Amino acid sequence: MRLKLEKRRAPSLAMLVATPIASVILTMLIGIVVFDLLGINGFEAVVDIFLSPLLYSYKWQDVALKAAPLIIIALGLSMGNRAQVWNIGAEGQYVIGALCCAGVGIAFGQTGGFLVVVLMIAAGIVGGGLWAAVPAWLRTRFNVNEILSSLMLTYISFQVLGYLVGGPWKDPNGRNFPATAPLADSQTLPVWPESTVHLGVLVALILPFVFWVIMARSEFGYQVRVVGSSATAARHGGFDSKRTIWATMIIGGAMAGLAGGLEFAGVLHKMDLGFPSGYGFTAIIVAFLGRLNPFGCLIAGIVLAVTYVGGQMAQTSVHIPNSTAGIFQAMMLFFILASDILVRYRIRLIPSTKAAGV
Amino acid sequence: MGIDFLIAAIITVVGLSTPILLAGLGELVVEKSGVLNLGVEGMMLVGAISGFAVTVYTFNPWFGVLGAAAGGALASLIFAVLVLQLNSNQVATGLALTIFGTGISSLMGLSFTGRIVMPFASVFPDALAKHEYLRLIFGHSPLVYFALIMVPLTTWFLKSTRAGLILRAVGENDLSAHSIGYSVIKVRYAAIAFGGAMAGIGGCYFSMVITPMWAEKMTAGRGWIALALVVFAGWRTGRLLTGAYFFGILMALELYAKASGFSFLPSQFWAAMPYAMTVVALSFISSRGTAGANAPACLGKPFLPST
Repeated sequence: MRLKLEKRRAPSLAMLVATPIASVILTMLIGIVVFDLLGINGFEAVVDIFLSPLLYSYKWQDVALKAAPLIIIALGLSMGNRAQVWNIGAEGQYVIGALCCAGVGIAFGQTGGFLVVVLMIAAGIVGGGLWAAVPAWLRTRFNVNEILSSLMLTYISFQVLGYLVGGPWKDPNGRNFPATAPLADSQTLPVWPESTVHLGVLVALILPFVFWVIMARSEFGYQVRVVGSSATAARHGGFDSKRTIWATMIIGGAMAGLAGGLEFAGVLHKMDLGFPSGYGFTAIIVAFLGRLNPFGCLIAGIVLAVTYVGGQMAQTSVHIPNSTAGIFQAMMLFFILASDILVRYRIRLIPSTKAAGV
Repeated sequence: MGIDFLIAAIITVVGLSTPILLAGLGELVVEKSGVLNLGVEGMMLVGAISGFAVTVYTFNPWFGVLGAAAGGALASLIFAVLVLQLNSNQVATGLALTIFGTGISSLMGLSFTGRIVMPFASVFPDALAKHEYLRLIFGHSPLVYFALIMVPLTTWFLKSTRAGLILRAVGENDLSAHSIGYSVIKVRYAAIAFGGAMAGIGGCYFSMVITPMWAEKMTAGRGWIALALVVFAGWRTGRLLTGAYFFGILMALELYAKASGFSFLPSQFWAAMPYAMTVVALSFISSRGTAGANAPACLGKPFLPST
């Protein structure tokens, strides 16, 4: 008997749906074993990380708050990945977006209200988009690999953040701590009564539909998919791959900037050195776990948010470090990438010729 | 500016460029075999903590270096299995390796925070290593000499040995190499493991030489600079060395600007400099097209033999 791989004519829909679920379950099972080996109660750790946030209703709003930026960023990234454009600097675009949002807020001083908040969020979108336009320009003009340039820009964005919150934007009443002054109440996002759930969560719920319409129903979405599947086919079809690079990079950056602005105006209300939280990197996992599908991103964003919240819970209950959630997230990505082969190929058991002869 | 200062500055530059030189050499070999492993940063972190941990237990930094190499190579094997056996997307798998390496290294490092290790003993006698001028040549960490020896060794391996020729053939045209009977998968496994070991050793330079302590995410993006360095060098070992020193100078500028209180520009400006210059350098190199011409033809593409 031996295994034979047969290429499927079209990706298997069943596998597209089943493999992400299997990846999450496998991650949990392996997690139990690995943590037991490390001398930590594995079962308890896995239950805490993957289930507890769902079981306790008071944790739901935490999950929603963490899921919102992940979903929003992942939507933008998955569009780029569809076109084989690898923007891995979303973390930087997220930080710059939040800084632009904060800058507008600071410029208006204590003046707030609907228009100011809209302007702040718009500044976030523009800022993130512009930060992502740099790698797009470098790629289309100088042929610079966008993976490296977008990542280098992320490290630069951290320094921009450090400079602004430690210098010109430092809160004069902040005991010399590098942070901006908290936003005036009139400049923050509206919040659902008696909760911490802000308007951005609603945005994260609506955007997947918008992206689905763009990807599945518009000519632009078609172009993105064609460019991604084959550059030559795209050229024959008259599609300009440079335009696709520009568009997907900027949309990815704009989404990350939007997420940054929402996080700043909705949750944190001030900028400090702790602002970069890794959402921009985790969103890459969300995009893949969601199979680059807008609704997939929605669900995957919630799953990853659960592991974030659960990771924090497990920190206090089973005393495992915060980084553990990151290991689980990476494991999920490993499994989902490994299972890609099941989507594209059919595995056949073939009786060996010798055995057949006897 | 005295001669003393100049010597100290050169020693700093050489030191700072060593980890990216080590990791860059490893990645160069990986890419020459046709594989793009973006997990360098993750493998460096795994190397940093494994090297540190082994040194803590064995009291011997040389065992630590071996441990770092083993740790980096083990981490790279996860990537190798996924990419070579399951044909997974190399870009995404490399990223996953970096995320994984970051997480696993901080978990492993928990019980090692705050501890320090014995530094390397000098390779040369104190009369040379601590001499006012001669320390310029003899006063470096043993890992610096190791990295410098690895440059011509890697060049020799790739250019003049049979194994190196096969490795390059696999990277240029995997299907032809396969049809004349070379095992593409085996060659790439070996290349990836070598890349992992080198990244691991580069990583342990942070935890065992620069600051003999472990700290989370201590490689601070140098793994990515090493990746950029390979492109910058146009996949040539000689230029990789030049590039590493170029980045070493940029990184040293940050240290000196901070120390001397160069206040006309904020310290963040200098800290951002190596990353910004990486982008600028990549633009120059990539736009000329000569670097691309030297890139292995199969770089980043999955190996799909028809049978």
